Amino acid sequence: MAFDENVKTEFKVIGQRVSRPDGIDKVTGKALYGADLSAPGMLIGRVLRSPHAHARIKKIDTSASEAMKGVKAVVVNSDLAEPEDDFFRDVKDNCLARDKALYDGHAVAAVAATSRSIARAAIRAIKVEYEELPSVTDVDEAMKPDAPVVQEGRADETVPAGSGPNVTTYLEFGHGDLEAGFAKADKIIERSFKTAATHQGYIEPHACLASMGADGRGDLWCCTQGQYNVRTICAEVCGIEATQLRVTASEIGGGFGGKTTCFIEPVALALSRKSGKPVKIVMSREEVFRATGPTVSSSSDVKVGMTKDGRITAASAKLRYQGGAFPCGTVEFGAQSAFAAYDLEAVRSYGWNTLTNRPKEAAYRAPGAPMAIYAVESVVDELCQELGLDPLDVRLKNAAKKGTLASYGPTFNDIGLVATLEAAKAHPHYAAPLGENQGRGLSCGFWFNFGGNTCVSLNVNHDGTVGVVEGNPDIGGSRASISMMAAEELDIPYEKVRTVITDTNSLGFNDVTDGSRVTFAVGLATIEAARAAKREMCKRAAQIWGIDAEAVVWEDGAAKPSGPNAGDHPPMTLAEIAADMDSTGGPIAGHHEVNADGAGVSFGVHLVDTEVDPETGATKILRYTVFQDAGKAIHPDYVEGQMQGGAVQGIGWALNEEYIYGEDGRLQNPMFLDYRVPVASDLPAIDTVILEIPNPGHPYGVRGVGETSIVPPLAAISNAVSRAADVRMSELPMSPPRVLKAMSER
Amino acid sequence: MKNFHINTTVNGDEAEFICEPDETLLDVLRNRLGMTGSKEGCGTGDCGACSVILNDRLVCSCLVLAAEAEGGKVDTIEGMADGDKLHPLQKVFIEKAALQCGVCTPGILVAAKALLEKNPDPSETEIRYWLAGNLCRCTGYDKIIKAVQDAAAEMRSA
Repeated sequence: MAFDENVKTEFKVIGQRVSRPDGIDKVTGKALYGADLSAPGMLIGRVLRSPHAHARIKKIDTSASEAMKGVKAVVVNSDLAEPEDDFFRDVKDNCLARDKALYDGHAVAAVAATSRSIARAAIRAIKVEYEELPSVTDVDEAMKPDAPVVQEGRADETVPAGSGPNVTTYLEFGHGDLEAGFAKADKIIERSFKTAATHQGYIEPHACLASMGADGRGDLWCCTQGQYNVRTICAEVCGIEATQLRVTASEIGGGFGGKTTCFIEPVALALSRKSGKPVKIVMSREEVFRATGPTVSSSSDVKVGMTKDGRITAASAKLRYQGGAFPCGTVEFGAQSAFAAYDLEAVRSYGWNTLTNRPKEAAYRAPGAPMAIYAVESVVDELCQELGLDPLDVRLKNAAKKGTLASYGPTFNDIGLVATLEAAKAHPHYAAPLGENQGRGLSCGFWFNFGGNTCVSLNVNHDGTVGVVEGNPDIGGSRASISMMAAEELDIPYEKVRTVITDTNSLGFNDVTDGSRVTFAVGLATIEAARAAKREMCKRAAQIWGIDAEAVVWEDGAAKPSGPNAGDHPPMTLAEIAADMDSTGGPIAGHHEVNADGAGVSFGVHLVDTEVDPETGATKILRYTVFQDAGKAIHPDYVEGQMQGGAVQGIGWALNEEYIYGEDGRLQNPMFLDYRVPVASDLPAIDTVILEIPNPGHPYGVRGVGETSIVPPLAAISNAVSRAADVRMSELPMSPPRVLKAMSER
Repeated sequence: MKNFHINTTVNGDEAEFICEPDETLLDVLRNRLGMTGSKEGCGTGDCGACSVILNDRLVCSCLVLAAEAEGGKVDTIEGMADGDKLHPLQKVFIEKAALQCGVCTPGILVAAKALLEKNPDPSETEIRYWLAGNLCRCTGYDKIIKAVQDAAAEMRSA
């Protein structure tokens, strides 16, 4: 769509810190999440999972299970439909294994029974004959030519001949003459890095309640970031027509990208269809860790050349990602974002994706970017250290700005990186003194942001209130920000607007809540829907006054006559027009449907002080400040919340969190006790500085803010620890034993 | 397996239920008494989303067998507000945006209330350590800690 030339800058509602509409339900326990709904006659579903990392399934005997009293259905892979498309077939084969169990925890069969205890016993009664196969879980091992083959024939056309059998994608792009660039450098550093797979760690495990009749009609309630996406997947995997499956999104207890696909929903539908009864499946935390999407783990080599006054002359990154047992495209995002913060003459990125015997990767907040930018920002920091340069000055000197040709192709429009770096430089944090064993680190971060398919209805009620109907699950306060944008545009109080998130049969298609798109794209559609409603209300007022609709304008929440021939009529408020609408033409509503373009990219800078204990190698975060360009912060509290939450997930990734596999390919830490996410006592306050460099692609200047914040912490903390411990760290997480080992080897 | 017949008090009201011997207090609250405000995030006592007060003690209800509630007193998030009057913690959590997805919120509110009853003027560090058993993945805890501090101040001046 065309850029709005007149991005609004004066606001009444936008920028206020109003109370969210779902607040009371959420502080009183009334809000209904995935596992909170039950249906009369409901059965309990349970999934049998492979104990092996890699095994051929020779036989599944479900007869004993099916014969048990109280067991109403048992399903395996062949009970699902057979989608033609690889994408849907992979989702299906991940929901229930086809002929091989591809990772520890891979679902093999499922039961529905009249009680939890019967379902548990029924799972135990299923006999699976496995032939164990060699397995591989490490990204570098998996890329070797003689590695165990996870799946045959999954390489796409990009993979060069001679690559290992598990490589599924290869990519390469950039611009300029690398060789000439490196020749101009005074100092070149090339380093290799590794990052562990981490889990999104949403506190609410996946849960759903499915009801499917023999007539092919179904209802599904589930916690998801996108009910329409669930419908699309389930329709393909279960062989149902889209309109016959109504999907309602529950309140969602965290997603971070991990709830943008299906794991149990098609299984519950299949069990319900077979049993003729509603079926509820709730995952355990162990199942969440073993079988739902962690992020990729990575291995990379980054090379950067710099002049002694801090100009980067050339840079390259080789990124190797594993995304589990099914092909995944995350490495492309990594390669594209690796150098986004820099204006470079010579740059090249290379990427490989490989299969391993691990769970299928799912998106995790800025998928692919944190690990790539971690490696790049670590090398840039080391160059600054070696050349005795200020790391912020060097970033400013090389910063991408309007007109910069990004390494992945586009030329940037208005972006806020320089302003963000300058804010960090001017902040007291940057000049604060450091003590012994303490170090300060910083890193830039970047995310593309997304717009996408969006459909919004806005209904004017007789009493002058307004209902907004949208289709994107609210994962962090978006109902408040959407209501605020409707109120701003209509010029009515925030309290007069209520936004609800509806089911798949009540509104046109909406893309998933992902890509930091909701405040941007749903906001944009809401503003346009409100404008449509205003046009209609002006028309109604014109009709009442007996003048041309063009002679009526909307100001201060009311229709007013305007222009020389409009006559003298007192303004009609929204409430007055609404009260009369039955006699002026019937209901008043505004709609907007769009595949939104123009999501402005987002940059952030994180500043962190750490202290490393020389006795234990443990790292303490002493001070943390996030600087990020929000375009326009609709609800500053929830913008800060995104900045703080992403930073802390990044702190966990940098210091503690990792998927630990044994030699046998089994996951050794599938619980929160051993997979340690940050707790309150690990952390200081997380300070935030919101910058507002308006995005010309949104009427109010909004940029997505949800994802950028997880990108910088990995390198920022690694750089701080490297300086505090006086040894360059190159592997995540920087758990105490790893830091202690590095210190002993320095 | 023979079921148990349990008599207990939940949020001041008598509650009577039948449960299997291995059912947890959390299972019963959610699945038999219809009180789904307490959440199951892990089932192993690591996340605190199921926090309730049992006989005046803060516990993870996923680690308590339902049968242990016999003759006891259980207080859950559903009993925290007084009718339509929110507890100061509930009110401040909304005002200060101390929740995002909200699934950890009931457990955190129950735990924070237990803290303030014990210690009406906790330091930031005391709050952080008291709530270390309650995982929140959305907020980074910053606004939660500040909300508890604000609610404590409000309760002290009331």
